[in-house]
Amino acid sequence: MSEKVLITKNLTKKFGDFVAVDNISFDLEKGEIFGFLGANGAGKTTAMKMLIGISKPTSGSATVAGFDIYKQTELVKSNIGYMSQKFSLYDDLTVIENIRFFAGIYGLSDKEIKEKSDILIEKLEMKSEINTLVASLPLGWKQKLSFSIAIVHNPKIVFLDEPTGGVDPASRRLFWDLIYEAAHNGTTVFVTTHYMDEAEYCNRVSIMVDGRIEALDSPFNLKKQFKVNSIDEVFHQLARKATRQAD
Amino acid sequence: MKEFWIYIVKETLHILRDRKSLGIMLGIPIMQIFLFGFALTTEVKNSQIAILDNSKDLATRTIIEKFEANRYFEVNKSLKSISDIEKAFKSGKIKLAIVFQNNFRDNLLHSNKAQIQLISDASDPNTGTTVVNYATSIINDYQNQLTQQANLPYQIKVENRMLYNPQLLSSYTFVPGVMGMILLLICAMMTSVTIVREKELNTMEVLLVSPFNPYLFIMSKAVPYVVLSLINVTSILYFSKILFDIPINGSLLLIYFESFLFISVAVSFGLMVSNVTSSQQIAMSLSQVGLMMPTLLLSGFLFPRENMPLPMQLISNIVPTTWFIIIIKGIMIKGLGLQMLWKETLIMLLMLVFFLFISFKKFSIRLK
Amino acid sequence: MNAINVENITMTYNKGKVKALNGVSFSVKKGEIFGLIGPDGAGKTSLFRILTTLLLADSGYAEVAGFDVVRDMKSIRKIVGYMPGKFSLYQDLTVEENLKFFATIFKTTVKENYHLIKEIYVQIEPFKDRRAGKLSGGMKQKLALCCALIHKPEVLFLDEPTTGVDPVSRKEFWSMLRNLKKEGISILVSTPYMDEANLCDNIALIKDGNILTVNTPNGIVESYKEKLYSIKSQNMYQLILDLRSYEETKKCFAFGESLHVTFKNDLVDLELLNNKLKSNGHENIEITEITPSIEDCFLALED
Repeated sequence: MSEKVLITKNLTKKFGDFVAVDNISFDLEKGEIFGFLGANGAGKTTAMKMLIGISKPTSGSATVAGFDIYKQTELVKSNIGYMSQKFSLYDDLTVIENIRFFAGIYGLSDKEIKEKSDILIEKLEMKSEINTLVASLPLGWKQKLSFSIAIVHNPKIVFLDEPTGGVDPASRRLFWDLIYEAAHNGTTVFVTTHYMDEAEYCNRVSIMVDGRIEALDSPFNLKKQFKVNSIDEVFHQLARKATRQAD
Repeated sequence: MKEFWIYIVKETLHILRDRKSLGIMLGIPIMQIFLFGFALTTEVKNSQIAILDNSKDLATRTIIEKFEANRYFEVNKSLKSISDIEKAFKSGKIKLAIVFQNNFRDNLLHSNKAQIQLISDASDPNTGTTVVNYATSIINDYQNQLTQQANLPYQIKVENRMLYNPQLLSSYTFVPGVMGMILLLICAMMTSVTIVREKELNTMEVLLVSPFNPYLFIMSKAVPYVVLSLINVTSILYFSKILFDIPINGSLLLIYFESFLFISVAVSFGLMVSNVTSSQQIAMSLSQVGLMMPTLLLSGFLFPRENMPLPMQLISNIVPTTWFIIIIKGIMIKGLGLQMLWKETLIMLLMLVFFLFISFKKFSIRLK
Repeated sequence: MNAINVENITMTYNKGKVKALNGVSFSVKKGEIFGLIGPDGAGKTSLFRILTTLLLADSGYAEVAGFDVVRDMKSIRKIVGYMPGKFSLYQDLTVEENLKFFATIFKTTVKENYHLIKEIYVQIEPFKDRRAGKLSGGMKQKLALCCALIHKPEVLFLDEPTTGVDPVSRKEFWSMLRNLKKEGISILVSTPYMDEANLCDNIALIKDGNILTVNTPNGIVESYKEKLYSIKSQNMYQLILDLRSYEETKKCFAFGESLHVTFKNDLVDLELLNNKLKSNGHENIEITEITPSIEDCFLALED
């Protein structure tokens, strides 16, 4: 049996009477690309916050990268990577300064930081840009850089929150190349996205409706099960049942 | 007209919805009056005084005892000659020197007239004048006592000399100063961000692509702040009257009129800043550096203009608060009317026209 | 008469250093939904701002409903509806207050054109006393659309209305646009989502300030000249590496659960390729010729 990198069991989060996340259970394997889908207000963000150790569940259990999300939140945080579209890099620092800063946060030694940043820059073909301010990089480059930084400490699992919004199709493809490579090298990738076609890149996807996971399978099986041609249509069939008002 | 009205309603809603800022705007003036008022009275407590008693008779001794008994004063030392006075002040300890003339009691009893000279350190005008006022009231107290006992019109003539700041005539300079500062703070700083905020929040983009009237729009932003500021004028006057018994000798109506004019100047300055800047932060700092600092340092609020070097005095002429403080002092303390203050009023009026002109001219009908 | 004509519009920023639009031309017919499709930084917003008279182009000519965007600024501002990319209503005013405010500045009333917004407004009406800043993304967008429609504009400009909005709300939004089209309103809409292209009557693909093509969605797909293959196996990452190093491959991109591949020669021997992949250890290989999507066309046109 392959290694489980993330295990959740009956994970629940309530805000007063409101059940934001309702009994979700799923396991992720090493090197898997997992798409976490749901409409606004379905509970995606709340679930993700619990998994990255910044929000305490009401009940249920979960281990992430082998650590308990109740008792070992600090260990969880240092063994995962996180990238969000909203915040990823410091615009007013240069490429190399950003790399050094984030590598430093994850406690890499000076020698490791040096090695890692050389490899990273080589791979991203950014040699001539290392002293460029991040603000002046094209969006596609920023996203690749920020993903590479999110996995600079070789985390077991990396969480990507809406990573590829607004980027051109070619850059998006290059971004997915990086994700495939990371997964190939054993990092589990947990990604939330609004692009339904992007869900099809994942090995498995889950679709959340009203705080519950209503479907979880490979894109191929889901399409077969719902007798449709795209994940988009699967999503709409499920989301239409939502009773919760998105706000 | 309906358009103008809905603009005003909208601006008012913005202000009312932001309860915290509204509370601060209404609370600050009251807080400032308390702060300045109480800071002054505590400052005056235990003031060290020096006495040059050229007469050394029963009357002077009684008066000196009264000073010693008063909690505001502490007799520091007795001086021997006029030349000692300067030294005593230079030592920095004393705030007031009292000089009794020769044959004080004799003069008082025989010609019913005697003279006391009060010399104060007016480099800090607020304390200086307050100390003199307290001292005067002690002396008047003695005079009234005598008058009642003997049923004779005794007169002690108190002569004031302000050292280091001879032009200072009034006390309570802090009320006009606080008023000027508060009105500026609220009007200029708050309005300076209102138009920029529309740019930052992108609402300006939608407004521009509509047949809205920019002039009415700019004017409407001023209205609620003017109203708010007039409320503040009222609360400042009210609290300084009931808490510190600060006199209003001139026309209340004129005070309101001049405040209204000053508020308009401040608001139009704020609007001008708002029109030429692109972020709320820049607008805030610009109005702070452009108005708040000069008001604090140059307008005569904290430091008397007379003591400033000439270049500073010249610069202080373009600070609107300078003129406002002169006007309000004139009305409140000296009871002057418009006929004596028209020049200062005219200067503020010209400033208003200038700022409004720039605001309208700089309002951009396209994005930059 | 066309709703919008754009002729050779060029626009630069920072004194000519950054080129936002590079000789852009197209026209939007009256009553159609025209999609401007391209990634962030393609120049979509600059173009919208030029057409809504917010910015002046460096050169070129554009007209909206027959009015010159430079000379007839005031006329245009009366008859267009505009929804900028960033949410641009008053967050501290309620839903109803926002709507009333915008009705008044357009010198109309909510009542007068209520029929136009009714279908959309009823969905947010239960929240009419809620502050706009407290609405969800989808509801904010509906309110913004109501405000842009309240004066019954002739031409509607929607700059990335569906960006960051979840798929359900996006679908609803597009069905609203189709209803507005029935009212005779011409709509120019921009989007970075390629899959929304099929919902437009005509589209222009735009990248780095250049229009790549203008056509109907079908027209664009039909003009795709190469043969496109979808290739799958159980190990996607290895498949990417293997196909990219294959000498006959022209382009190979990950595309959902399969790879989209074009070859230098359309008569490529698929049998040979299949065997080659098998010998590299791939299992469950599937190679099928497919019809390209708009996104494939974009990828092919951009170089």
